[in-house]
Amino acid sequence: MAEVGARNEVWTREVAPGILHMDLVAPGIHCAGCVSRIEKGLAPLPAVTRARVNLSTKRIGIDWRRGETDADALIEAVRDLGFEARPYDSGQSGAAEREASGRRLLRSMAVAGFAAANIMLLSVSVWAGAEGATRDLFHWLSAMIALPTIAYAGRPFFDSAWTAIKARSLNMDVPISLAVLLAAAMSLAETMRGAEHAYFDAAVMLLFFLLVGRYLDHMMRARAQSAVTQLLALSATGATAIDADGTRRARPVSDIEPGMLVVVTAGERVPVDGDVIDGSSDLDRSMVTGEATPEAVSPGQTVHAGTLNLTGPLTIRVTAAGEDTFLAEIVRLMEGAEHSKGRYVRLADRAARLYAPSVHVLAAFTFLGWLAWTGGDWHLSLLIAISTLIITCPCALGLAVPAVQIVASGVLFRRGILVKDGAALEKLGQIDTVVFDKTGTLTMGEPRLTGPAVVDTSDLAVAAGLAQGSNHPLSKAMAAEAIAKGVIPAAVSDITEVAGCGLEGTLQGRRVRLGRPSWCDPLNESPDGMTLSLQLGDRVAVTFQFVDQLRPDVPKTIEELRRRGIRPEILSGDAAGAVETVADELAITRYRSAQTPQEKLIYIDRLAAEGRRVLMVGDGINDAPALAAGHASMAPAGASDIGRTAADLVFTGESLLPVVQGVDVARSSNRLVTQNFGLATTYNLIAIPIAVLGFVTPLVAAVAMSASSIIVTGNALRLRWIKLAEPSASQTINGERPATEPAKQVAA
Amino acid sequence: MTNLILLIPVALFLGGLGLLAFIWALRHNQFEDLDGAAVRILEDDEDELVDEKQ
Repeated sequence: MAEVGARNEVWTREVAPGILHMDLVAPGIHCAGCVSRIEKGLAPLPAVTRARVNLSTKRIGIDWRRGETDADALIEAVRDLGFEARPYDSGQSGAAEREASGRRLLRSMAVAGFAAANIMLLSVSVWAGAEGATRDLFHWLSAMIALPTIAYAGRPFFDSAWTAIKARSLNMDVPISLAVLLAAAMSLAETMRGAEHAYFDAAVMLLFFLLVGRYLDHMMRARAQSAVTQLLALSATGATAIDADGTRRARPVSDIEPGMLVVVTAGERVPVDGDVIDGSSDLDRSMVTGEATPEAVSPGQTVHAGTLNLTGPLTIRVTAAGEDTFLAEIVRLMEGAEHSKGRYVRLADRAARLYAPSVHVLAAFTFLGWLAWTGGDWHLSLLIAISTLIITCPCALGLAVPAVQIVASGVLFRRGILVKDGAALEKLGQIDTVVFDKTGTLTMGEPRLTGPAVVDTSDLAVAAGLAQGSNHPLSKAMAAEAIAKGVIPAAVSDITEVAGCGLEGTLQGRRVRLGRPSWCDPLNESPDGMTLSLQLGDRVAVTFQFVDQLRPDVPKTIEELRRRGIRPEILSGDAAGAVETVADELAITRYRSAQTPQEKLIYIDRLAAEGRRVLMVGDGINDAPALAAGHASMAPAGASDIGRTAADLVFTGESLLPVVQGVDVARSSNRLVTQNFGLATTYNLIAIPIAVLGFVTPLVAAVAMSASSIIVTGNALRLRWIKLAEPSASQTINGERPATEPAKQVAA
Repeated sequence: MTNLILLIPVALFLGGLGLLAFIWALRHNQFEDLDGAAVRILEDDEDELVDEKQ
């Protein structure tokens, strides 16, 4: 155990002399009972000095005395309490960085808020008629509060604007930074002169409003990311390797090298690519190839990482690791797809590219115009030009997008749909084609008994009696059918699972079999596929047919998509017949079968080249490149890790209707963003003449800015009352798809 | 004017106190687990736990 213990030791850090600390993710924590169960379960351990559960992030922080216990023993202790836990990797996908930047934004926002309130207090007195020495004093006080605030709280904008300018491009932060800096500089100069107008309140208020927008945007991403991290934590994988001396040991997949021997028990996923050297079994390859029918494997055959071992233990000699695996090939395809797709320019930045040059040109003309008009009064001209920049500063524009998108992602989050970021939402609202993967996306990836139409109850009882102990999807479907019909499984004894063939047992002295038709009856020529034969003694009593069941609400989803002018298509790795059946059932005319990951990617690229904006919906490893290539992409929560990571949106629950809900919310959100841009433009059309003519005072600027921000935010809130197509009642309450594979135990 | 010289620093000081309190809370992870704080109040006292053990 010592070597294994060392593997989790990397996640620990010393927080005090002799005290180690580790954070664990445990997605199963959901209530007060869980919190106290874990804390009271860990606290009595003699080595543990502190154990604290964070319910919001579903993490456990544990401190313990070095040497008295180790990370592995503690993870085991949490498992014994009934919670699957995994060390929290704060370096993973920049989680620590994101948390730090969130805190920085919140601190900046607090400072800007404090400063804005106090400066406003002083400004109101000035507007109320303070004069002479009092006004100067107030202006100086405002300056003393505003200048450090701008230097501190303006950093996020200055940094981003500087990065954009260095890259010779423009984003929203360039005009913002310019307006804030010019306003502060001009106000300082005016204050030194003892003049009437200073714009410190406008500059700081602007920063405060924009920081609110920025923080909303951050919150939305952080919420989705932490949910996705929890999903990934549920499916952490390791491999059981056999050492030279024959001992078995759990190792992280990263430690596995070609030539090693790995054992995969029934119910586990194959962790690496390799050749089978011992054992035979059935493999569910739906995640890798999209094929719904399990395939038998025996020594000599090659298996890919990600396939699910169903019936018997396999010993595999690893042939590829790291860069050479099937998975690595998929990752390369994904990177290529993302590269060729180019960078999507967000709506706000697109607006900024039009907006920033026009206001800057306008300000320049204002300056020149006034210079000519007043005959060289450059001081007044500069003052008016800068006040034009301040009043046209995109305060409302900065809120226009994040305010809408945080409401939209909240609406979707409550329905179990996670949006990874705002850009994903914008792109989802623009799609005109949906390409579905079949197995696991349109279908449940779980077969259901469909034939024959009439089944003898006693046959069903025998079949269920044989099937109830097996992991094979067809056996599970058989057992489920018996439960649904209220049939009590027969007491079959001596059941053995013949990997690749079926189940065999004894009932009342007779041999009974449930398995491949060709195994039960060697003369049977019909293809094995999704069928099971029941053999009683020497006679085949019945042959059952199974179909991979569609997810709930699939026909409704397709119909709703069509009604919105979106073209549905199917792109599947499964065999032609199976795809055709589903396509016919849904009246989808454009479908392709037996597609490799490369072919899927090429097809999506071709659609994009035709000018179509494609939403890819898929779950498998084989779908990941296509998910990365799609204009937008969605994956069910039951998808492969790589599929969930590649997708822009992840939906929980069995129903497929989240695809429609997501599109509806995204379209509404894009509409509201456009409206908000319209509102902000209207505001500018009114404000610009006033500013250019030189009528803008700090009071006018403050009122105009607050009013436009409030209108834009209020408009965003309308999205809360959006009406969506709701899934049918069969949805489970917590929206989770029942686990299709048994919880994996880490072999000791 | 004299009352202003007294009142403005007081106002700034009080506002600043609020800001410092917020930043202190942020630094000391008071906003890390908002959901947890809501349910912890339902937990039994530590003393009772000791009683259970005995």
